Amino acid sequence: MTVKQISVFVENKPGRLAAICRALAAKEVSIVAMSLADTADFGIVRMIVDDHPKAVETLAAAGFAVRETEVVVATVPDRPGGMAELMERFDSAGVDIEYSYAYAPGDGGKAVLVFRFSDNAKAEAALRE
Amino acid sequence: MVYPSLSFDNGSPIHPVSAMDYLPVESLRALQLHRLKATVLYAYERVPLFRRRCEELGVEPRHIKTLSDIRLLPFSKKIDLRDEYPLGLNGASMLETARFHCSSGTTGKPICITNTPDDIAVWQNGAMRCLAMYGINASDVLQVSYGYGLFTGGLGLHYGGEGMGCAVLPTSGGNTERQVMLMRDLGVTAIACTPSYFLRIMDEARKQGVDFRRDTKLRHGIFGAEPWTVEMRDNIERETGIVAHDIYGLTEIAGPGVAGDCEFRTGLHIWEDHFYPEIIDPETLEPLPDGEVGELVFTTISRRGTPMIRYRTRDLTRLRTEKCPCGRTMRVMDRISARSDDMLIIHGVNVFPGQIEAGLLRVPSVAPHYQIVLSSTDTLDLFEIKVEVTQEAFTDNVGAMENLRRKVLEAVKSIIGLTPRITLVGPGTLPRSEGKIKRVIDNRRKGQ
Ligand SMILES: [Zn+2]
Repeated sequence: MTVKQISVFVENKPGRLAAICRALAAKEVSIVAMSLADTADFGIVRMIVDDHPKAVETLAAAGFAVRETEVVVATVPDRPGGMAELMERFDSAGVDIEYSYAYAPGDGGKAVLVFRFSDNAKAEAALRE
Repeated sequence: MVYPSLSFDNGSPIHPVSAMDYLPVESLRALQLHRLKATVLYAYERVPLFRRRCEELGVEPRHIKTLSDIRLLPFSKKIDLRDEYPLGLNGASMLETARFHCSSGTTGKPICITNTPDDIAVWQNGAMRCLAMYGINASDVLQVSYGYGLFTGGLGLHYGGEGMGCAVLPTSGGNTERQVMLMRDLGVTAIACTPSYFLRIMDEARKQGVDFRRDTKLRHGIFGAEPWTVEMRDNIERETGIVAHDIYGLTEIAGPGVAGDCEFRTGLHIWEDHFYPEIIDPETLEPLPDGEVGELVFTTISRRGTPMIRYRTRDLTRLRTEKCPCGRTMRVMDRISARSDDMLIIHGVNVFPGQIEAGLLRVPSVAPHYQIVLSSTDTLDLFEIKVEVTQEAFTDNVGAMENLRRKVLEAVKSIIGLTPRITLVGPGTLPRSEGKIKRVIDNRRKGQ
């Protein structure tokens, strides 16, 4: 499944991440999943939220640099080798994973992985096979 | 340049105020010599410090026989105005004086300048000639967002605009939200402010969803009072669709309207029938021929309030030797993107903030907001440049962002030959201008 993700630029300065979370909380937007990619100089926060348009609007109004991106979410089969199987599918489809992070949905279900691929559509097709 | 139908009785397309711009060179030199002699005599009679310095050099007013004899005269500097605070360099009585202007400078006592009614008229004439040169006329609505008051920016452009018959909107600086609203609602066609304050206005417009091309009638920006680069000009023009004109002036000499650029952008025409320029070598103090870069020196050959003789501006530029295609005979100086006061010495290398600005703005999609931070540890100087990431330049890809940072670094390095640390910061996080901007933070310990 493809879902929308929000990416936000953050400086390497204390409090920036908290400021993002606070801004969203004030508008009652829940963060479903979050990951932080950082370099020595800056970071990119990636999030999946329950109210995507509201989150983008809120963060842009608060002066953050915001980008919307599409990511693929996939459920990992809950057994040994489940992950390997998933990866092999992507390999054989010839798509590269740019980044990935995991989250556990609140309903106690299986672990879900979020992927950004070099070619999301191709990866999705591979998942459906 | 063709002016609309408010046609002048001689049918000429040139605004009457611009007539002097085209004075034949021989007549101009004769006029300058005449005014120089009168000013030197006046200052010799009325300004004790000037007289004393002349006497020390053995110079008398009668020794000034040609324009090049100006080199016999003593220089003056900002420190003289400060030392002689408040009115030691003043030549006019209170009865003759119409208005004071003061500037604080960066440290210490302010400087005070007096203007007689004629001085105000000369200054207004200079500002009007700049506006006429930019193609601004009575049909324009001019928003003056320079500060009004002791600073010369606001009142200088105000009277220039009124003289041209513009509808003047005297917003002064500050309250940027209202500035944008009035600009849109009153159909402002021209704005005068510092370039850094215009960046602030651009920010605010973006925030309000105001598109300059779509929602405003703005066509001209009249920017000065701080050094700015061609790259900054191009950035502003690209973003807003206006023409960004350069205006030069300084309180010590008059105010904005001493010089400005014409449509050929060869540099800035100096109204040298009132403000006589020289370029000197700042080390040897010897005059340099036209075409060579040095320190700009002005003599106010029309002013009576506070006549300044050979005033050293600390601005670095050169006078061009080639004629400007616009036909004006007033000499052209290169735009001033460096002041000798602003020079930084980093790792033993001389660096001007304008060079860094030029480098940064050569990278597409970098915001025109930056800050130079210098600090030192026991052993080394740290040289950091903070650059804002624009909404448009931000991508989800770490590699692409790193790439952007590297591009900025390369662009700056290719100009100054040093390797600063480039830090990308979020949009809107660097301080904005309310008038003149401070882009350099130097936390290095002194005496190094
Ligand atoms: Zn010209």
